[in-house]
This record gives sequence, C-alpha cells and structure tokens, in this order.
Amino acid sequence: MKVRVRLFAAVREAAGCESVEIDVPKAATVGEVRRRLAERLPAAAELIRRAMFAVGTEYATDATEIPPNADVACIPPVSGG
Amino acid sequence: MIQLTTNPIDTEAVIDAVRSPAAGAVVLFVGTVREITDGRRTESLDYECYGEMAELQLAQLEDEARGQWDLVECLMVHRTGHLPVGEISVAIAASAAHRAAAFDAASWLIDRIKQVVPIWKKENYADGTHEWAHPGE
Repeated sequence: MKVRVRLFAAVREAAGCESVEIDVPKAATVGEVRRRLAERLPAAAELIRRAMFAVGTEYATDATEIPPNADVACIPPVSGG
Repeated sequence: MIQLTTNPIDTEAVIDAVRSPAAGAVVLFVGTVREITDGRRTESLDYECYGEMAELQLAQLEDEARGQWDLVECLMVHRTGHLPVGEISVAIAASAAHRAAAFDAASWLIDRIKQVVPIWKKENYADGTHEWAHPGE
C-alpha cells in the first residue's frame, strides 16, 4: 500500500517537498515507514532515525501498524517555544 | 485555551484572557527571539508547525496541567512564521487562586511545549546562513 508521509523542517528542506509517497507492505509498521523514508531521503537519514512519527495527529511508536489511508507525519526533534 | 497565530502576540490580551475574580494570581511567561545563540548572531527565526497536531498537543497539555494544578484559566499562544530578534514567539498565562499553582503550571507548560508540540524554528544567521534547530544533534 502507499503511505503519504508529511515532512517538516530540515527533513522537508532536504526532500524539497512537503510530503512523499512511500510503498510499504499491507499492515506495515511505523518502523518500516521510518526505514524506507530514510532510504528515500539519504540526506535526512540521520534526522529521520531520531524523529518521532505521528499517525493521524497522535504520536506513534515503531511498533504501531499503519491503518489504510492513514495520514503519517515525520516529526523531527521539535524546537518551538 | 490555545492559539496558533502568525500575528504579533498581544500580552495584555493574553493576561486579560486568564484574569478572573476566582484568581488571586496570574503568571505570564513570554518567550522572545534571542540574538546570540552559542556565539552566533541571529537576525530572525522562521517558525513552522504541523498545525492540526500542534493544536491537539497543546490542548492535551492544558488538560494535563489542569489535572496537576488547580488552575482557574490557562492560555498558550504560539506564533509561527517570520520573527525578527526581540519579537515574542510564545506566551503562556496561567491563573489560580494562589500563586504557586500558577507559577508551577506555567513553568511545566513551557518545558512540555519544547518537548512535544510539533513546532520547529529555523535560525537565520547574520552571516546569511540558516539552520533548523533539531535538539539532540
């Protein structure tokens, strides 16, 4: 299945776009998306390894399964405030 | 109460939003754009956020703070977009019957915002370079 991953900050800048579509097996986990995203964006691989991921608008762990049509976001370490 | 805005933050309005006859204390924290970080001169910051998720995370933090402290009101405002040095990037106001709860809640909220809310800043340095801040690098 295809998963659209939203990108932010330095990861977005390295990718040159606001989201990418990644091909993963059905019922893939966040960990699988992380691995494939890092392969797809080698310039941001270090940051992707350290990033949190969100499924919908909630933080997920690497073990979280991606539901069909889910909105996934790569959240590199935050720096608001 | 929470708010993300691209407009300048009006601190008087933030204070007024949490004032109440039930409160004997209002604490206001204001975060501003610092010029010198680690010896480098910053001209401005650009803040980016994942809006829907940031609003949800801020609302969850307010719920958690209200669970921990007896607050009358609470307002967190974060600005996004382009901010020159000296501008206010974030304001947190908490009101409570007595000051300890208001101080502690405001302090906890700014710490948690910096840990979990999906907002990022890009430092635009005076030497023309820029760098996203991703703590832990």
